Amino acid sequence: MASLHTNFLGVSSPNPFWLASAPPTDKQYNVERAFEAGWGGVVWKTLGEAGPPVVNVNGPRYGAIWGPDRRLLGLNNIELITDRDLEVNLREIETVKKNWPDRAMIVSLMVPCEEEPWKNILASVAQTGADAVELNFGCPHGMSERGMGSAVGQVPEYIEMVARWCKQHSDLPVIVKLTPNITDIRKPAEAAKRGGADAVSLINTINSIVSVDLDSYSPVPSIDGKGSHGGYCGPAVKPIALSMVSEIARHPETHGMPISGIGGIQTWRDAAEYIALGCGTVQVCTAAMTYGFKIVEEMVAGLEAWMDEKGHATIEDFRGMAVPNVTDWQYLNLNYVTKARINQDLCISCGRCHIACEDTSHQAITNMVDGVRKFEVIDEECVGCNLCVNVCPVDDCITMEQISGTDPRTGKPIDPDYGNWTEHPNNPSVHKEAAE
Amino acid sequence: MAPNRVSPDIQAGRLPADQYDDNFDDLHAPLDRHEAVVEADRCYFCYDAPCQTACPTSIDIPMFIRQISTGNANGAAKTIFDQNILGGMCARVCPTETLCEEVCVREVAEGKPVKIGQLQRYATDHFLETVEQHPYERAVPTGKTVAIVGAGPAGLSCAHALARNGHDVTIFEAREKPGGLNEHGIAAYKTTENFAQREVDFVSEVGGITIKNGTALGRDVTLDDLVANHDAVFLGMGLPGVNDLGLDGDDADNCIDAVAYIEKLRQTDDLSSLPVGRNVVVIGGGMTAIDVAVQTKLLGAETVTICYRRGQDQMNASAYEQEVAQTHGVTIRHWLQPQALVRSEGRDVTGITLEYTAMNGRLTGTGETVTLQADQVFKAIGQKPAEGLFGGVSIDLSGGRVFTDDDRRTSHEKIWAGGDCIAGGEDLTVVAVEDGKIAAASIHKRLTG
Ligand SMILES: Cc1cc2nc3c(=O)[nH]c(=O)nc-3n(C[C@H](O)[C@H](O)[C@H](O)COP(=O)(O)OP(=O)(O)OC[C@H]3O[C@@H](n4cnc5c(N)ncnc54)[C@H](O)[C@@H]3O)c2cc1C
Ligand SMILES: Cc1cc2nc3c(=O)[nH]c(=O)nc-3n(C[C@H](O)[C@H](O)[C@H](O)COP(=O)(O)O)c2cc1C
Ligand code: SF4
Repeated sequence: MASLHTNFLGVSSPNPFWLASAPPTDKQYNVERAFEAGWGGVVWKTLGEAGPPVVNVNGPRYGAIWGPDRRLLGLNNIELITDRDLEVNLREIETVKKNWPDRAMIVSLMVPCEEEPWKNILASVAQTGADAVELNFGCPHGMSERGMGSAVGQVPEYIEMVARWCKQHSDLPVIVKLTPNITDIRKPAEAAKRGGADAVSLINTINSIVSVDLDSYSPVPSIDGKGSHGGYCGPAVKPIALSMVSEIARHPETHGMPISGIGGIQTWRDAAEYIALGCGTVQVCTAAMTYGFKIVEEMVAGLEAWMDEKGHATIEDFRGMAVPNVTDWQYLNLNYVTKARINQDLCISCGRCHIACEDTSHQAITNMVDGVRKFEVIDEECVGCNLCVNVCPVDDCITMEQISGTDPRTGKPIDPDYGNWTEHPNNPSVHKEAAE
Repeated sequence: MAPNRVSPDIQAGRLPADQYDDNFDDLHAPLDRHEAVVEADRCYFCYDAPCQTACPTSIDIPMFIRQISTGNANGAAKTIFDQNILGGMCARVCPTETLCEEVCVREVAEGKPVKIGQLQRYATDHFLETVEQHPYERAVPTGKTVAIVGAGPAGLSCAHALARNGHDVTIFEAREKPGGLNEHGIAAYKTTENFAQREVDFVSEVGGITIKNGTALGRDVTLDDLVANHDAVFLGMGLPGVNDLGLDGDDADNCIDAVAYIEKLRQTDDLSSLPVGRNVVVIGGGMTAIDVAVQTKLLGAETVTICYRRGQDQMNASAYEQEVAQTHGVTIRHWLQPQALVRSEGRDVTGITLEYTAMNGRLTGTGETVTLQADQVFKAIGQKPAEGLFGGVSIDLSGGRVFTDDDRRTSHEKIWAGGDCIAGGEDLTVVAVEDGKIAAASIHKRLTG
């Protein structure tokens, strides 16, 4: 059977499934329940400086969007870092690590952007026996107004500076947790690397207002009639996170840098996708907060089964396999011509493909053939865009199939060889070169 | 088993007093908001949706379902009422399994159609419970008058559309209460809590509609007068007659017209006062047969047997209706036709002898018979048109029913007709509503054109 054992920066864990720094990891009670359930590691809820702990709002701190059956699709929060006493947290971290030596214990940190506070807290963490630290440069609400969290994460120079202090003042591996609230995710990752950080983790939550209450005209969650943007997470953010992970994984400056993938992971399949894009571990928050810790059983069993099926003995066997396949648009093969194919035996005649293509695309699907309700692709019009596949409610009813020979749409022969935009006759720069 | 009892066992109050309410409660509990939203999400918002085509009143079903899913239930109801002002009743009584839900693409895909009827009920109930204002404003009065015969679904639908357009409508209704079979015929568990009357009130709120109860065409008014005194007339009197078995004993007290019995059941304040037989036999294969069978069972009959002269597939009652009967403990027997009523000396029926039938090109008796003990025999073999209602006015008929063109206009230029009383219809509430709507459009065109 496949082994899920993971070694990330020398930190070992029985599986790649870690709980992200958040309420599920805020105290010994929760974390021990998580380990009992089978989680491979945790990133402890972010610790702040010694002294009076931060204060959270006392009204609602979450908002959400749901599917119609109240399936939670996206969660947003305005919670701050841990509001428990630093000493209590440190004592508990130490105890838990002692009780569960085979699990990864990472401690998330956020203190003001000065050397002393970082030095102090690193010293305290070192004494707990924790395996590594994660620098929370991501939290987009509250703490950022005080010059911490994403306020640091949005300035690459600060990231580099703090990472460097941490490496200087501690022997522990340093993971920098990135905020997605930035235009180019490669910049903070490069900065982390320059500062000597051992890894990056991403994403933290995305600036968001999940909804506006149309009675009080207040953003949700509403605190006494007012709301503030929160941090968005859960299944809805996964596509954004995957893209950011891929950019770091294939960027020459950061390629090969260990990544802990975070954002919307709900199932083993989500996790496998992150790993295929290069992540060494994955972190989960919302899924656990939605369903409880037991979901890790499905994640472990599902990933093992899939790896066995694929013949991957270890996580390393498939880690990063998707990275070389992420490319720029200009290198995509323009001679790869596909047409939609509708399986008439599976078709239930809802007509959604027709109306989508008819109203909003290429008028390439019939709704009537010889006076009968029937949906067929008109190859002469189909550009192969895949919209019909995406709106069809039946699995595998519409598929995209590659064609060769002549494209009925253009009437031109299809070049069997690879050919991309950089050499396409319509590309102005090709013309220019030709003219020169 | 030979019937040997001298007098039939017919009693009221067979059940503990508190069981009647339970038995006659809603067949399907209404969906709550969450259930409705979840169900609404199952709708694919089909293009040129098959369900809409299948609905006799062409309700824009994908649109109203989408409105439910966005939290606009009253808007959904408005979408329904736009096509079918009796959408609330139709939501309860339509055999959706042979209409919209039969062609739902999810029925095709997985055998589980979107619960269109239940969603329609959710939206219309929501409207009636939360909105005081009638959804339509009456146009400026035109001064034109229309007489409508019968306050059933056909008449009410026609009246509403005409009144909306500013015409003055008078409905002449033979019974003491309006509603037609909605009030007197539909199974009690399909339309609980006096819904039929509440709906009549809702329809009337548009204004311009006068209902004259207890005023029958042919008894209290003549068609000649109606034609003379109104700009147009709409006939919607349904099928007041019933078919007899044609057997000796048809007129016995316990050989009962099913529709009349159901009417009594629908009108009583006290279900425990209704006499019901211990062993009940129902003759017929349609909705009326099912309804009387199920309701006598719910009143406490020990055995209820429907006997139908052809096979299961030929029954007019849908497979779903048959299942409802069977899950209520009704036995359905096929290929049996009534041959003779067994009677005691006191003339009461005590049983019925039926002959087995077979299809040999046409339906024939096999000669073999069976006799069932019966304390009550219900006749549910179809209703028939009233005769001699029209006095001196001549209107073409077809098979005894009123003949109309596509606009529901009769051969008389001032008379339109719709619902069960016309030829070629399907004898469904929703079809009657559509007839009334089509006729109203045609009348309006005639009166204003
Ligand atoms: C027992 C039973 C159960 C049924 N169940 C269903 C069901 O579940 N779903 C469904 O879709 N359909 C059902 N139907 C059929 C449905 O009820 C009818 O198709 C529908 O009511 C026809 O409407 P209508 O307006 O034409 O006639 P009706 O509803 O019959 O209304 C006719 C009205 O005209 C009045 N009237 C009659 N004669 C005169 C006169 N001479 N002068 C003045 N007024 C007169 C009557 O009193 C009545 O109020 C059922 C029918 C029966 C009998
Ligand atoms: C209520 C809540 C509190 C969080 N607090 C922290 C925190 O203190 N430190 C941190 O680094 N990330 C915090 N996060 C972000 C998560 O660790 C994680 O990056 C994010 O939720 C994306 O993962 P997910 O889609 O699995 O939830 C928090 C998230 C939530 C929902
Ligand atoms: S692939 Fe695009 S263009 Fe082709 S039929 Fe589907 S929707 Fe239309």
